[in-house]
Amino acid sequence: MSEKKVKRRDFIFTATYAVGAVGVAATVWPLVDQMNPDASVKALASTEVDVSSVEPGKTITVLWRGKPVFIKRRTQNEIDEARSVRMEDLPDPEKDEDRAKNPEWLVMLGVCTHLGCVPLNDKGDYNGWFCPCHGSHYDTSGRIRKGPAPTNMSIPNYEFLENNIIKIG
Amino acid sequence: MSDHNYTPKSKFGKWFNDRLPLLSLANHLTDYPTPKNLNYWWTFGGILTFCLITQIVTGLTLAMHYIAHADMAFDSVEHIMRDVNYGWLIRYIHSNGASMFFLAVYIHIFRSLFYGSYKAPREIIWILGIIIYLLMMAAAFMGYVLPWGQMSFWGATVITNLFSAIPLVGEGIVTWLWGGYSVDNPTLTRFFTLHYLIPFLILGLVVLHIWALHVPGNNNPVGIDIKKPSKDTVPFHPYIVIKDTFALLMFMIIFAFFVFYSPNVLGHADNYIEANPMVTPAHIVPEWYLLPFYAILRSVPDKLLGVIAMLSAILILAALPWLDTSKIRSAVFRPLYRQFYWILVLDVLVLGYVGAMPAEGLYLLIARVATAYYFAHFLIILPLLGFKEKTLPLPFSISDPVLGGSANLSMAKSDKKEG
Repeated sequence: MSEKKVKRRDFIFTATYAVGAVGVAATVWPLVDQMNPDASVKALASTEVDVSSVEPGKTITVLWRGKPVFIKRRTQNEIDEARSVRMEDLPDPEKDEDRAKNPEWLVMLGVCTHLGCVPLNDKGDYNGWFCPCHGSHYDTSGRIRKGPAPTNMSIPNYEFLENNIIKIG
Repeated sequence: MSDHNYTPKSKFGKWFNDRLPLLSLANHLTDYPTPKNLNYWWTFGGILTFCLITQIVTGLTLAMHYIAHADMAFDSVEHIMRDVNYGWLIRYIHSNGASMFFLAVYIHIFRSLFYGSYKAPREIIWILGIIIYLLMMAAAFMGYVLPWGQMSFWGATVITNLFSAIPLVGEGIVTWLWGGYSVDNPTLTRFFTLHYLIPFLILGLVVLHIWALHVPGNNNPVGIDIKKPSKDTVPFHPYIVIKDTFALLMFMIIFAFFVFYSPNVLGHADNYIEANPMVTPAHIVPEWYLLPFYAILRSVPDKLLGVIAMLSAILILAALPWLDTSKIRSAVFRPLYRQFYWILVLDVLVLGYVGAMPAEGLYLLIARVATAYYFAHFLIILPLLGFKEKTLPLPFSISDPVLGGSANLSMAKSDKKEG
């Protein structure tokens, strides 16, 4: 038995299984991929927001791709607080300068990086955001400081168009 | 099996049975020899079958009026409640039915834990049961999303986000599950489809569960192997049928109490607010039957490890037949296991309680201790107990301690003490 030679028939079996497996995979893929975001979902890629009416210290929330985006006009105090933090104190070290291109405006996905809840404004131990679901605390730059969330709230692609219009996405 | 030599009396019956042996099956189910000492904890299999049928029938009728669309789902549920004839009744039976289903399944599972019903030769029955339990949780979760209230939406968001804890591919999987960049209409329609499918998968697994049960036959409160049929057994019909029916009626009284007198007490008021992706409710809690696992998830400060701990807490049950090293099945003859069993029951209840409380301060500490104990029970206590424990002597048969003829009187006494 152990010295059994590979015969033409063994080759045919293996080749048949291989072709069959490719065929099955090719058939299953459309059935799996139909669940991914469709063309109409992908089409809603960007949103423009007029932020002229936002007072300093206030946050507005806009919907982008079905998710809330926080646009916060920060006070000088909040900016100083965010910029004076030492990197060693951050679970996910990131400079405030890298998160807010224009220090006055913080534009950030309002989605807790733990399990996707929307954190509450001006709450928590670090005067930034607090997630009511599982108790994650974020600072005035939206960086995780305490709690189960692994990373800072993420910054979407955005740009300032002419006077006070922000384009997200 | 008692049906090998069964022949139907009528000529037509014989003709039919030779071609499709349904009558042999019916005869097997009727005559099926059952231990005569089964107590009321053994009636929950029948009760669970009733729960499944109830959910399928009420679910089918609800689906005739429900609209699975993010803009219309919430209103269509209110339409069912206000306009559809008896819609309120059917929906309340369905929503409370889910809770009753879990109540019964938890009793059923803890019955198995006490009497060692998961041990050889019944491991496959047990594992099939765990798969059914997992599918029940999936069905219940997706069903809770369908009314598209605030708890529906945020429950769906939190639970699907569990998958984002998987390194590298996590985010991709979550987007795939959602069909978008957040929980939205594509998520709702697929959840409706799966919620409709899963009960039928469960039904198929229930058939396998009962089939696997009928190979070795029922375990019993004494936990010993018995000869079948013998003076230790009674036929399933009418003895067990009538006992199951009586227990089912008692269960239906409790069921009816919830449906008619406090139909919303097990739900959450926030789910009567339509889903709003901009605002998370101040305090998110899952349905009561998922609270112990929710507490385990929250007791671990790391996201990925929390998810792993929660899943392990369920999957560890599948390994139970091999983690429990004791050869003795019933806790009646295991004085130490009996105590640990009740500590485990308490531990799970505590986990359920802290799961409903905010994850901070003392609650968090209690959740951590209870989580650690939960795993210790299965991974340390049970494997060691099989070697350390001095078990009580087993009777030779079920009838033995009752009818006398036993050489060992003390054992008859110890049996009685447990009642």
